[in-house]
Amino acid sequence: MFKKIAMLALVIVLLCAGIAFGQVFERSETLYTGGKQWGPVSNWNPLMTGNYATGTIGLVYETLFLYDPLTDKFMPWLAESGQWTDALTYELKVRQGVNWSDGKPLTADDVKFTFELGQKTALNFSSLWSWLSSITKVDDYTLGFKFKSALYQEWDNYLYNVPMLPQHLWASKDLKDVAIGANEKPVGSGPYLYFAYDQTKMVWAKNDNWWAIKALSLSVAPKYIVDLVNTSNENSLGLVLQGQEDLNNNYLPGISTLLTGGYALHTYYPVAPYHLAANTAWLDVNLQKKPMDDVAFRKALAYSINVADIVSRDYGNMVQAANPTGLLPIWDKYVDQNVVKKLGISYDPAKAKQILAAAGYKDVNGDGFVENKDKSLITLKIIVPNGWSDWMAAIQIISNSTKAVGINVQPDYPDFNGYLDARLKGTFDLAIDNQAQVSNTPWSYYHFIFYDKLADIPTTQGGNYGRYNNQTAFDLVTQLDKLATNDLQGMKAVISKLQTIQLTDLPIIPLWYNGMWAQMSSANWTNWPSSADKDNHYLPVTWNGYWNMTSILMLTQLKPVVAK
Amino acid sequence: MRRYFGRKLLIYIFTFVLAVTIDWLIPRFMPGNPIQILISRAGLKAESANLIYSYYIQAFGLNVPIWQQYLNFWNALFHGDFGISIWLFPQPVIQIIMRAVPFDVLLLLPAILVSWFAGNKFGAYAARSKWLDNTISPLGYILTATPYMWLGIVLGWLFGIILRILPFSGAYSYAMMPSFSWAFVGSLLEHWILPFASLFLVMFGGWAIGMRNMIIYELEADYSHYLEALGAPKKLIRQYAFRNAILPQITGLALQLGVIVAGALVTEIVFSYPGIGYLILQAIQNHDYFLLQGCFLFIIIGVLLANFAIDITYVLVDPRTRTGMQGEG
Repeated sequence: MFKKIAMLALVIVLLCAGIAFGQVFERSETLYTGGKQWGPVSNWNPLMTGNYATGTIGLVYETLFLYDPLTDKFMPWLAESGQWTDALTYELKVRQGVNWSDGKPLTADDVKFTFELGQKTALNFSSLWSWLSSITKVDDYTLGFKFKSALYQEWDNYLYNVPMLPQHLWASKDLKDVAIGANEKPVGSGPYLYFAYDQTKMVWAKNDNWWAIKALSLSVAPKYIVDLVNTSNENSLGLVLQGQEDLNNNYLPGISTLLTGGYALHTYYPVAPYHLAANTAWLDVNLQKKPMDDVAFRKALAYSINVADIVSRDYGNMVQAANPTGLLPIWDKYVDQNVVKKLGISYDPAKAKQILAAAGYKDVNGDGFVENKDKSLITLKIIVPNGWSDWMAAIQIISNSTKAVGINVQPDYPDFNGYLDARLKGTFDLAIDNQAQVSNTPWSYYHFIFYDKLADIPTTQGGNYGRYNNQTAFDLVTQLDKLATNDLQGMKAVISKLQTIQLTDLPIIPLWYNGMWAQMSSANWTNWPSSADKDNHYLPVTWNGYWNMTSILMLTQLKPVVAK
Repeated sequence: MRRYFGRKLLIYIFTFVLAVTIDWLIPRFMPGNPIQILISRAGLKAESANLIYSYYIQAFGLNVPIWQQYLNFWNALFHGDFGISIWLFPQPVIQIIMRAVPFDVLLLLPAILVSWFAGNKFGAYAARSKWLDNTISPLGYILTATPYMWLGIVLGWLFGIILRILPFSGAYSYAMMPSFSWAFVGSLLEHWILPFASLFLVMFGGWAIGMRNMIIYELEADYSHYLEALGAPKKLIRQYAFRNAILPQITGLALQLGVIVAGALVTEIVFSYPGIGYLILQAIQNHDYFLLQGCFLFIIIGVLLANFAIDITYVLVDPRTRTGMQGEG
């Protein structure tokens, strides 16, 4: 009996010792992140946008430039420099001394090969080839891009989004593999290497031969980055409170409790709105259905929505109400204040009722809601994906505020695919949409609002889900795309015209700005970005497309709390 | 006996074919086109989208006529190939399921077996005396009526957040990779305790109540009264009663083991335990029909095997079945 107890005790002691000393990843050299990966890691293909493991572009594969949205500046990254030598030719100088993680050098051949892949098979930058005619190799580190027509705003967008791929590994892949293959054990030029993964996490290990260590005197601080798979918001909250995650990019409600509860957490701004603005939440309106095809009705709808309520009650002031144009705060300089003063819309239920009455919408059957001009009932459904709790609460508030002026809008919560399907096919009535993100140019926003290829919307997911058709607007967007990126006056002039059209016709209604949700823990790492003058202003976000918008630089500034 | 088993086997094979056919049919008749969703995430022009669409159709084997797809499915089944997942493209479904199965078995096998033994023992005690009955029965009723996820959340909150002595998330520490080391085994056990406890407690209640009712029924049977009249010791009577009462419990156990691979879905969600139940939920939410198909296939096979095992066990345990079989011979 005694022997049995002794054996059991020995086993327990060994296990405890094992747990205490058996960690593979040393806490002081590991950064735990979470908030982007909603399912187990399944591929590392940088061309499968939306699907690849966290950090595939950014930590492993890199882009030609980085873009800093807060200062509106490009930073040469894999490229040394780039400039337009004439109206239709762009000369790119590739940085020398960069090696892939397998030791081979990165040259202009790799860049040319990467862009030409878009010509051979269907990738997300393939549409570039409808206005790019050829790429010529001038020498081992210089390329000339010859264009049929130059869309300067869009080109800049590709410069910081297209990942550079190694020709010596990708040339032998068949095109199907290039487009939809898993790309196991990825080889890139970036500061991290593939280390390991399982169904709960992705582990990246530091690349000690990263080119920027010598070229830019930059070194990433964490030796390991472990990105944890989200299972639910509650679970992420628990991990953040326990100090298991250092950087969390989930939406976590109750921010004021988190910041003052002694958990060593902080956000980019110490006070409201706490987070930087990432994208605008719009109200998609289906212009193909009655009565939303009537601009007067849309106007009344816009006046009836109490956005302030959503901002304060739903989000606890973690977001800001959007300005009437819907442009993000980084594009404040493009907002034409005169147009906004004349045509801007804000919450005014009395005015909404006035507009409805003047347009001929009356409550004929006395149920408290207005009917169509032909006496048919108006019952509209507003949809958001099921499980997105903040949006679900938001549409309940919207429904209540529209009902208060007499418009019958019911909230509905289909699952994500059903919601996406309805938007893509144009079968919805009203929906919340936040597709257009922070980018280098407001052109991307107007391209989303006035997306012109109406027939292609179901496959390209380009925007304009309400199917607004206005050739003048479409032409203005193309005109904007063709303007040089330093032509501030020219851009403002065209954007002002677009804003006038947008605010007159109201094809889509801006509501609030969703944040770059970022909770940072100083329990194990310090020197995080923040709005304070003494801190760096890089983006603290691990989502796709943000690493190359300076989040990678955040890693170079971190300091471990326990010095090695 | 051979005819008995032969007939059983035939019925099982027929059931299997029918179940697998229905399993194959369901995803193809569900609304929505998950491949379209996969493509729209890539944001391509219409012509480009068509090319990628053809790649995906090829990858999923949907470019052949439907009867050929059915035959290909059976062929692949016997090679252990359950297709490719949509949600976790391009990983094969069998790989995803196999990663989850060990955790399900680790969690559920002990939970079911230990709760079965303990529940039956305590249920039998309850039938002994009124005092025991008055304590064990209410406890059993409360436990069996407790929802799994509620108990899971309470335990996780109590031991994980308040007392901070046990982890409440994952199957092993996020700082470790799977390996054969004391550290990993220890971490595995540490993360296993709470989900195991939340399953064990609820199931225990169920078995205890069931056993108690069966024993009381047996003690009221004619043979029990007869033995008592003959002056047999109480212990002997209880032994006989136990052996009779255990039979329906064995059936119940087999059925529970059969659905072991469906996993304790809600418990796995509460504790983020990477088992098949969690996979099923994700497959449904992400319209991943092939993963769903694979998971259901596992359940079908599991249930049929468990049923078959029970048929054999009954023959061994219950002499009346043996006699019944001989009567047919």
